[in-house]
Amino acid sequence: MFDGRVLLKQVILLFWPLISTWVQGAEKIDSCQLQVLEMLSSLGSAGGKSAKPSFVSYVTPEEIKSEKEPSRKEKHPDLLPGEVVFCSASTVLKYTQDDLSQRGVFGVLLCTNFRVSFVSDEEPTEEMLFKNKLYGENDIPLSCVDNIYGDKRKLITGGLVKNKYPSKMIIHCKDLRVFQFSLSFSKEEDAKKIFQGIVHHCLEPKSLRCLFAFSYCENTSYPGSYTVENTSKKQTVMFDSVEDWTQDMKRTKGNCRVVSENSNFELSPKMLTAVAHNHLYSVKTEDLSDTLPTVQDILLSYNKFKQFFLIDNTTEFWMSDMKWFSSLDNCGWLDIIRQCLQKAVEVVESLEKENTNVLIMEEGGSDLCCVVSSLVQLMLDPYYRTLLGFQSLVQKEWVAGGHAFLDRSNHLHLKDKVESPVFLLFLECVWQLQQQHGPAFQFSETYLTVLSDSVHVPVFTTFLFNNDGHRDSLLRAESPHTQRSPLNCPTVWDWSVQFDCKAQDLFTNPLYTEKPKQDTSVRKSYRPRHLRQLSLPSSAFKTPPKKGFFKDEADNLKKILGVKRLSRWMLSPSSDSPQTSSSVREFYEAWQTKPLDYHGLLLPCLDGPSIRVWMQRYLRWIHDVQILGGGPVAMLSKVSEILGEVQELQRQLDRHGCTLTSNHKGARPRAKTAAAVIAARSSVRLSSSFPFVTSRNWAFKPAIPTSLLQSLMVTGMPGNLADREDDGGPESLV
Amino acid sequence: MNKQFWYGIISHWSLSYSIHVFCNSVDSTSTSRSDRSTHAAKTPYAMSSDNVSTSTEFSPELRVLRDSNKEEPQLLPKESVQDMAKDVTYICPYIGALRGTLTVTNYRLFFRCMDREPAFVLDLPLGVVSRVEKIGGASSRGEVSYGLVCKDIRNLRFAHKQMEDSLRKSIFEILMKFAFPVSNGLPIFAFEYGQVYPENGWKVYDAQAEYKRQGIPNESWRITKVNDHYEVCDTYPSNLVVPVNIPDEELKRVAAFRAKGRIPVLSWIHPESQATVTRCSQPMVGVNGKRSKDDEKYLQAIMDANAQSHKLFIFDARPSVNAAANKMKGGGYESEDAYQNAELVFLDIHNIHVMRESLRKLKEVVYPNIEESHWLSNLESTHWLEHIKLILAGALRIADKVESGKTSVVVHCSDGWDRTAQLTSLAMLMLDGHYRTIRGFQVLLEKEWLSFGHRFQLRIGHGDKNHTDADRSPVFLQFIDCVWQITRQFPAAFEFNEYFLVTILDHMYSCLFGTFMCNSEQQRVKEELPKKTVSLWAYINSQLEEFTNPLYVNYSNHVLFPVVSMRHLELWVGYYIRWNPRMRPQEPVHQRYKELLAKRAELQKRVEELQRDVTNRSASSTERAGSPTRSITPVQTFV
Repeated sequence: MFDGRVLLKQVILLFWPLISTWVQGAEKIDSCQLQVLEMLSSLGSAGGKSAKPSFVSYVTPEEIKSEKEPSRKEKHPDLLPGEVVFCSASTVLKYTQDDLSQRGVFGVLLCTNFRVSFVSDEEPTEEMLFKNKLYGENDIPLSCVDNIYGDKRKLITGGLVKNKYPSKMIIHCKDLRVFQFSLSFSKEEDAKKIFQGIVHHCLEPKSLRCLFAFSYCENTSYPGSYTVENTSKKQTVMFDSVEDWTQDMKRTKGNCRVVSENSNFELSPKMLTAVAHNHLYSVKTEDLSDTLPTVQDILLSYNKFKQFFLIDNTTEFWMSDMKWFSSLDNCGWLDIIRQCLQKAVEVVESLEKENTNVLIMEEGGSDLCCVVSSLVQLMLDPYYRTLLGFQSLVQKEWVAGGHAFLDRSNHLHLKDKVESPVFLLFLECVWQLQQQHGPAFQFSETYLTVLSDSVHVPVFTTFLFNNDGHRDSLLRAESPHTQRSPLNCPTVWDWSVQFDCKAQDLFTNPLYTEKPKQDTSVRKSYRPRHLRQLSLPSSAFKTPPKKGFFKDEADNLKKILGVKRLSRWMLSPSSDSPQTSSSVREFYEAWQTKPLDYHGLLLPCLDGPSIRVWMQRYLRWIHDVQILGGGPVAMLSKVSEILGEVQELQRQLDRHGCTLTSNHKGARPRAKTAAAVIAARSSVRLSSSFPFVTSRNWAFKPAIPTSLLQSLMVTGMPGNLADREDDGGPESLV
Repeated sequence: MNKQFWYGIISHWSLSYSIHVFCNSVDSTSTSRSDRSTHAAKTPYAMSSDNVSTSTEFSPELRVLRDSNKEEPQLLPKESVQDMAKDVTYICPYIGALRGTLTVTNYRLFFRCMDREPAFVLDLPLGVVSRVEKIGGASSRGEVSYGLVCKDIRNLRFAHKQMEDSLRKSIFEILMKFAFPVSNGLPIFAFEYGQVYPENGWKVYDAQAEYKRQGIPNESWRITKVNDHYEVCDTYPSNLVVPVNIPDEELKRVAAFRAKGRIPVLSWIHPESQATVTRCSQPMVGVNGKRSKDDEKYLQAIMDANAQSHKLFIFDARPSVNAAANKMKGGGYESEDAYQNAELVFLDIHNIHVMRESLRKLKEVVYPNIEESHWLSNLESTHWLEHIKLILAGALRIADKVESGKTSVVVHCSDGWDRTAQLTSLAMLMLDGHYRTIRGFQVLLEKEWLSFGHRFQLRIGHGDKNHTDADRSPVFLQFIDCVWQITRQFPAAFEFNEYFLVTILDHMYSCLFGTFMCNSEQQRVKEELPKKTVSLWAYINSQLEEFTNPLYVNYSNHVLFPVVSMRHLELWVGYYIRWNPRMRPQEPVHQRYKELLAKRAELQKRVEELQRDVTNRSASSTERAGSPTRSITPVQTFV
């Protein structure tokens, strides 16, 4: 089963240095070791070989030229560096409401190497506060296109498009926007061209180098080129160098040694690191394949789930409203979220209560492993609940951890890749934690939503590759310059690429509880000792002697692991889920009785009502469910106001030359949010879709649900209660 | 220091999460705080460090901790112990069997288990008990078991040793007696409880003052005294607002054509457009399609009173099928032939029996434990939230017609005291910011529910053992649930918090206050409730900070249009699932806002002190750094 040549399963070892520190205390430090493992992998074909360039530009150079005629050029959106228009059509009608009302605006529809863009003939509306610099509200990055439908809502698939084109085209986006265009007013030739162009560029297989990032980066000179000088680089730990790993070990007091054998991706091009814990014989294995859904299950469930939000017809929306809960239940998405969180809690329990190291594994080792291991760390380590800490976590567990972003998002539309929203699933889980324990997180819900959107913007290196080796080789190969300087693409963490400072202010949570410490540097001030006191029950745990037990040789470790895995398989083929859940239940209840510490261990409540739908992400574009003047922003704006006042008062006190004893440093970064929200409030109507949709143009009229009449089925009730009179018996008085 | 104390309390609460039952001892000076703390533990706003630190008289936790060795409850004035039994087992669905002492007074059931640290306490007013039943015979261990079904979504189960002396009554027989005083010829405890509060809560609502606030009387509407002695309609209040040009004699003829004499009267008038919300009962049309010229003229007068619109909307809360079925019993609905310019809309809200059944199913789904799989499907199968949605949708349509359409509306169901009350009060809550304040909400309840004769006595069944009574129905609970849903969508628009709503519901059942006694204003006057009982508002208004939403922004002129999609509706966990310790937040979110406000107050104080210093020292330069000491003016928003 485990013969070393054919790799059936890859294993990721979750290294959790914090735990060892918590449970062992400082005196044990010297005896630990770190292994960076080359992965037990001879790597299948997975992203290693780059596909042969199969992309043929749909338009000829002449056509591109013709697009640049002055008359049409003024209709272009502001093109990004390296962006080229492929084709366009004028007098396209973009419906503003649903397809039953035939209202809309006319404009030009374009397809570039980056996006599908609609430029309205009407005067552009005023600037939005929360404007994305890369694409506007009428732009769809090519990789963000999810599905395209033609007349009679017929799904368009690539390759089948011949000479026909539909009069109406509906585009569903991965960020859940829905666009509806009518092509029937355009010139036939143009309409055909734009339709075929969009279908070709959005749905048909292409090669990686056709992704916009390459053309964009060649034409952009990034300041500092993402080297150490860059501020963002300084803050978000990228885990792309030995130093980063060493730093993190120091931070978490893990005493391990970083091995850089794989620095040139020789051992495994896919795997950068797996980090083995020091006393491996007390390891507990968790095979996620046994208990969690597969990536295919995840995709299937999400595909059902997202349909509830891709609304192109108000009537249907309200029709579906009555069956909302059971539909939600049946698609299973919330259940998958719950299962992932539960698994993470189980792992935390082993780490915290039993002091066992946990080995998380699955086939491939880079999907649910990433989800679970990052969730575990999020629950245990408050550093990862800060904005930079979270980014470092994603960098460590996902980017360096080898999650196949490229395959999973399937930007290239290749048939042999398994697309699956695994990263989104992770963000969903984070959102659940954040909902339940708001003040523990420095970043906001908006931040998570934006991050989930950014996956589909093909500009950031973060999400374009399958692993570090893949990235490295491709960026080198694509570099127009010498072999030595690879192409510089921005990472998603450089938020200034997408948003200006004001908009970025909305990424922080104004109610975040800073750690009550004078030290401003979160990372340096981090002392696990403090946490240990508040963390769970901790038994008198004896660290087993381990000196010399563990050698550097990867082979040795492999052997040990192999044995572990085999024995587990034979002993318990599948864990009994009810049992697991009752143990998790007890663990949660025990934790719940302790005073809550936002800088200690956090556990999610997993009971039915506690797992919710991420309203902001999923409902933001649906007009009928916008709460005008309400939603979380109403709370945020009041909080911001109070914070603003608190700060003003603090300033006054400072002016008077006196300082309060308590720590007020925390208030400073929060003020940003305050300013941003207040600025927004003064210009537009805020709604529950804030900041994604501002309700400037909306009529101030409530959405009255239609189809109420057919809704309630009360037949089949005992005694047919519905037909009874309201007042049954004779009136009896007091 | 406060903070430390605070954490002490929190940990006490959370450690003793098993104390999950109280709701009622509200007496501010002599009661244990444990009841309040339990609320607090699951209602986010209730825990206030402010409160704990500042108002010691309202924070009897310390006393609880000190007195925790006592087996008896802290008694309210006029409360007396009726029976006490040791070695009773309480079978807690979350912890398991607990052995302790059970005390029954004329007001409450009190159980304390000393075996646990901290002691486990169950403290519930007998008013919440819906039925007591003996479960099975004596078990092998010689124990008999009793189940208490409660009105507040929980069941309690006790067991105790079979009495050797079979002549003596068991404690549960005593309990039966005092849980159902009405059935046993005893007075309800509210009539005995004599606590004095700083404010007389019965004065909160003054009909004339409220109509004056709305600008009534005016050139189109007058207050009539025709019902002064409840002769025209015994379920209506004495003060009624009717169109100016309809004389009292005609009102009586209209009353003859409306079920139970409940004629259309004004509930609310739009301050600008003069569009009105009027309420009534169904017209007595019958199978033959009877008409009443007086009624038709009357509705025309209502329409004419609003110059802005030449239309009138009649909202019939019922499903059209049910409305039609009512014709068989002499009732029915307005035909559009008879009422020109009127448009009839059915709102499809079901009757009290359907609602009662729905709540019963909901209780099955949420108590004691939530089934792990298919929570959402199970929830959907209760239809509870669908009913909530329909009620909210109806109220929204009414508010929209009045606000956006500037059209007057008439609202009725069959009798006009259940669904009609839900609809008018919710629409008024959306339309008028005054009702979103704590006192305004009290006025709204007093007016639309109490004075207009929602039959609380019958719907709740205070002190009545007949638990199968078909008149019982959670109509008011549904209304409060709807209010909660709106507060969720507009978290800054309400002066009150979740704890306020939970408290109102708890005391609707507790029978401690007179507020929800009787079925109509006439009965309340007859029973001299204001004289003989304490109003719930007296208690609430004596500690407003407990019930205040720290995020409240007074957008008084704003109309709220909630979204009535299921996507935005949620089960009210803080009420329906509050007995489940797992669903209880460790730290209520609003605690943080309160801390923030406290910090602001602290800084304000410091700044003021410093400014005083500065002024004193250099009297010459009196520079005022003023802005933050001003009260904040709500920033303009567009709602």
